[in-house]
Amino acid sequence: MIPDRVQKLLIIGFVALFFVYLFGPLLVMGLSAFNTSNFPRMSPWDCFTVEWFDVLMNDARLITGVRNSVIIGLGVVVLAVPIGLAGALMLMQVGPRVRPWYYTITIAPILVPGVVLGISTLLFWDRIGLMLGATEDSIFYDGMFLTIIGQATFISAYAMLIFIARLQRFDVALEEAALDLGATHVQAFRKILLPYLRPAIGSAAVLAFLASFENYNTTIFTIISSSTLTTVLASKVRYGIDPSISALAVSIVFLTLVGAVIYEIVKRREARKVKAQMAVARGEATETRKQRSFFSEPAFIMFVLIVIAGMGTIYFAGTIGVEECKTVVKAERQAEIQKRIAERQQQQASERAVDVQSDPPKDEDQTDRADKVTAKGTEGYQGVFAPANLQGDSESEPDEPAVGTEGYQNVFAPANLTGDATENSAADEPAIGTEGYQNVFSPENLTEQVQPDASGN
Amino acid sequence: MSADVRLETVWIRFGDFVAARDVSLHIQDGEFFTILGPSGCGKTTLLRAVSGFLTPSEGRVLIGGEDMAGIGPNRRPTALIFQNLALFPLMTIWENITFSLEVKGVGIKERRKRAAELLELIALKGHGDKMVSELSGGQKQRVAIARALCAQPQVLLLDEPLSALDLKLRQHMRTELRAIQQQVGITFIYITHDQGEALTMSDNVAVMREGIVEQVSDGTTIYDEPDTSFVASFVGENNRFVGKVARISAGIAEVNTEDGVLRARCSTNPQSAVSKGDDVFVFVRPESVRFLDGAPTDNQFKAKVYHEEFEGNLWQVFLDLASSQKRVKMSYVNDGSITPHSADTEVAIGFSERAAIALPRGPLAAE
Repeated sequence: MIPDRVQKLLIIGFVALFFVYLFGPLLVMGLSAFNTSNFPRMSPWDCFTVEWFDVLMNDARLITGVRNSVIIGLGVVVLAVPIGLAGALMLMQVGPRVRPWYYTITIAPILVPGVVLGISTLLFWDRIGLMLGATEDSIFYDGMFLTIIGQATFISAYAMLIFIARLQRFDVALEEAALDLGATHVQAFRKILLPYLRPAIGSAAVLAFLASFENYNTTIFTIISSSTLTTVLASKVRYGIDPSISALAVSIVFLTLVGAVIYEIVKRREARKVKAQMAVARGEATETRKQRSFFSEPAFIMFVLIVIAGMGTIYFAGTIGVEECKTVVKAERQAEIQKRIAERQQQQASERAVDVQSDPPKDEDQTDRADKVTAKGTEGYQGVFAPANLQGDSESEPDEPAVGTEGYQNVFAPANLTGDATENSAADEPAIGTEGYQNVFSPENLTEQVQPDASGN
Repeated sequence: MSADVRLETVWIRFGDFVAARDVSLHIQDGEFFTILGPSGCGKTTLLRAVSGFLTPSEGRVLIGGEDMAGIGPNRRPTALIFQNLALFPLMTIWENITFSLEVKGVGIKERRKRAAELLELIALKGHGDKMVSELSGGQKQRVAIARALCAQPQVLLLDEPLSALDLKLRQHMRTELRAIQQQVGITFIYITHDQGEALTMSDNVAVMREGIVEQVSDGTTIYDEPDTSFVASFVGENNRFVGKVARISAGIAEVNTEDGVLRARCSTNPQSAVSKGDDVFVFVRPESVRFLDGAPTDNQFKAKVYHEEFEGNLWQVFLDLASSQKRVKMSYVNDGSITPHSADTEVAIGFSERAAIALPRGPLAAE
């Protein structure tokens, strides 16, 4: 038996892992939107900035994509919700023997791969266009139109499912009562069924919009020469991205959160209202008090204040002093690089000193040689200066070359160096010494030799 | 204004299933008419045929002398009160009540006025702006009635509207419904499986079994003079004896049974008449069976008390007849004159020939 405490810890650990799995990527992405680094990343952290939101707002392709996505989404809502409603109403009307067949057929577009829907939409409307002798700039070759039509084929089936779920709980007697009281069928539909379906219409519209907004595999075929958010993002990923994509993602997450909070506030208001009504029905209260308007709801006001405060803080933190911070970081990085170059030069020099014995220096021009060394050094250090390794150039850095350099540093301490470099006549002895050291720092000995050194530091 | 309702040889079929078999009824103008029957007997189907939600396979429905064929529920002069009331949950009480006016395009002022009048009638003044969910069961019931009355129907149809209420409320609503009916003076057709409701409220009752109308009569006749063995067994409680008619004289049949010769009156209805040699049931109500205190009566038995149940106003006694071990039920008023019997007490019981009725053997109500 596992003790209770251990079990509890395991559960907490599991839940924590699960949340990390769920929200880790979001968190990393979210933070990367505020990092000045040119590549979306969280580490190394350079400077806190909101400039990527600025970049995002000025990215014409992305903005066009978002705009198109929104238009298509609205178009899909307008098309798919009525079709879904009609389909669901029809399902309620058909006889029990036809019903499974009807259901299977109407639901089929969900099961068909989006790619197939995309291609078939494209081909179908192309044929229609050809038949009607339409030109290339007609609606049959318009990416937006085709995308709306193509997406609506399966999104209307989603909408239908939502309506079916709601309609199954509809009391047919209500409609009959309306008819019995003299309403026409149209009046019964408009005054009884439609109000009843209003929440479902809302959900279906939201679902249709979201499904359209995030759709890629159908859209990629039907959009032709236009672009939507998803196609722009896909091409961006292929041709190089910057943190403005993270900024976009943060904006979307933020909007989702705002929506969720407002939905929650509305839902709780409804719940309170129902509770109050129940109290009246039970005779505990005489009358339900009029609820205050949504905008004076304390929860809503609180939420708005938090959003304003949060956004304000982030805005100021992300705009004030960013340039200074960038300069500082840049300077630090320069210094770092300079230091590396210096180290490399020293290393090169010492190596040259060894070489000198067999091959005397031919170079007269000091600067030329320095250039060459720098170039060579940078080349050698490329791995070291790779973005991931840049910052943590400390003892803990497991990077071998870096540690190695550190190790060399002691060896090539100025005292030794000068002797080496200047005393050409006495080259024999130091040379032997260097040779001796060289063995010590030969690749196979390097690591174990360095360990005590590093810990000594 | 009110109208009479006439069903002429109405048949209603659903595939092979027959819900109404050759039903002919005449419901008088301004009458409180009840259709009583066990569930599944076709009474709701009949009501839906009157309200226009379904068309009879054969026969005619006439309201106020007018053939209703091809006229939809929204154009018939009927209003239906549904079993679950079917109040519109998304509307306020007054909007519910005046829905029939709204669909006719009556202005809000007029509707408000009418709603106020009807709310007064159903004693719910000032509740007009509440939602349906804010009302209690009995209040909802009254709103449903007001909503139906607002349409000014000539015939009000009620489909077991009291079945969802608890006993006290149900008894109260019976009186109230009857009062409303007398006040507005229109024809009520009331559907129920509860004989108590049927007998207390109605001017006339039709008893239905499997799509057939077995008997149409006022409440006392239904109870006292059942035409068929089904009516006798469905309405109220009855003890039943099986036998064969040996002799008939002066409207009294002598029936040979396991428990000897029983004397019972014959039905006055010629259709339910029995003659010598017929297989019959003899029915006798528990309240007609008495303990014999030496005084002889027409039919007498020796019996053993099996069990006694106390119901406050009544004692229900279950006895086993000595002759056939047949279980017989009797009830007597708890007026303090009779002390309870313990089980297995030997007693003498009996009933008069006028209290028993001999009917031709036929289908019985499910126990």
